[in-house]
Amino acid sequence: MLGPQSNFVMYDEEFKRINTVIEKLLREANSKVIFLVDKNGQLITAVGETEHLDTTSLASLTAGNIAATGGLAKLIGEKEFSILFHEGEKDNLHISIVASRVILVVIFDSRSSLGLVRLRVKKASDELTVIFQDLAKKAEEMEKGGNAQSPFAEITDDDIDNLFS
Amino acid sequence: MSFINYASREINCKIVYYGPGLCGKTTNLQYVYQKTDPDAKGKMISLATETERTLFFDFLPLALGEIRGFKTRFHLYTVPGQVFYDASRKLILKGVDGVVFVADSQEERLDANIESLENLKINLEEQGYDLEKIPFVVQYNKCDLPNITPIEELRKLLNPGNVPDYEACATTGEGVFETLKAVAKLILIDLKKGGA
Ligand SMILES: Nc1nc2c(ncn2[C@@H]2O[C@H](COP(=O)(O)OP(=O)(O)OP(=O)(O)O)[C@@H](O)[C@H]2O)c(=O)[nH]1
Ligand SMILES: [Mg+2]
Repeated sequence: MLGPQSNFVMYDEEFKRINTVIEKLLREANSKVIFLVDKNGQLITAVGETEHLDTTSLASLTAGNIAATGGLAKLIGEKEFSILFHEGEKDNLHISIVASRVILVVIFDSRSSLGLVRLRVKKASDELTVIFQDLAKKAEEMEKGGNAQSPFAEITDDDIDNLFS
Repeated sequence: MSFINYASREINCKIVYYGPGLCGKTTNLQYVYQKTDPDAKGKMISLATETERTLFFDFLPLALGEIRGFKTRFHLYTVPGQVFYDASRKLILKGVDGVVFVADSQEERLDANIESLENLKINLEEQGYDLEKIPFVVQYNKCDLPNITPIEELRKLLNPGNVPDYEACATTGEGVFETLKAVAKLILIDLKKGGA
């Protein structure tokens, strides 16, 4: 889809569409928290009871987890394991890969069930896949058109130095 | 591959510290963590063995401030330096925006440095990156120790491309922020060139 060098860009419109889908999933799957993470460990968005969660750390560890199991999959001749499930005493984690590039994480407890989560995730994944395809198309067009109007084109040395002051 | 989010006005960039076992990668991150304001950093995560060798990675998220109205975040990762963890190193390199090569300046680690740098090149190439084209800086660490290879020699062997390089002592912090700043700067310059 995108080469290793190209940046992953998120626009307002798609961001809103994504949030609508995962907020619906949050309700329909009776879950506590849902978040989307880029495979490289960057948090894209999180909904639900996120106040007491360190979502940045969660994102990085989730990506590490998916990367490690992906490595395991290759070693035994699988492309990847598209779903991971971790069962805790109270809370459970359902992790799945969407559109080959983002990771969808659902945290749920006994108010829901694995069966329900799995079912709803499947539907939401299809919707998310469409959005991420649109996003990829958009990013490609922007790049081709060269009219990206990058806000960073104007970065000065001072801007950069100021970051570390 | 930076993640540019126009919706939340954030840029996220990934920096990986690479180098042979025990060269001081984790110590670099620990120093940065100690010296950064609580509101500018997240938790540092270390997936390590019982003897404090990195097993999978260390992770430190930094939020440095704003550029052109965008919150600029750097995610710092270290790889496990021990030779047999190569599979993990490849995984950590995915999506990298900039690399710091931490060399262990001690004489007896010269071969280990060269081997690790070679390993970095190979692992990057496997993912379609060219070390000569990505933001890259070199740090000669442990310069406080007596038995070190002269800097000119290190430079010749480990930095033929003449990228920014720094002598450092990660335990006291000498050179640590200079190194980080240099790679961050190269990443932002890249972003400026590439547009988004
Ligand atoms: N004298 C001295 N010791 C250092 C310096 N930097 C790191 N060390 C020590 O070297 C040892 C290894 O440091 P780490 O930061 O754990 O090394 P690492 O590169 O993360 O090692 P791996 O995780 O195995 O790849 C520790 O005991 C550090 O205190 C330095 O600049 N000078
Ligand atoms: Mg380490």
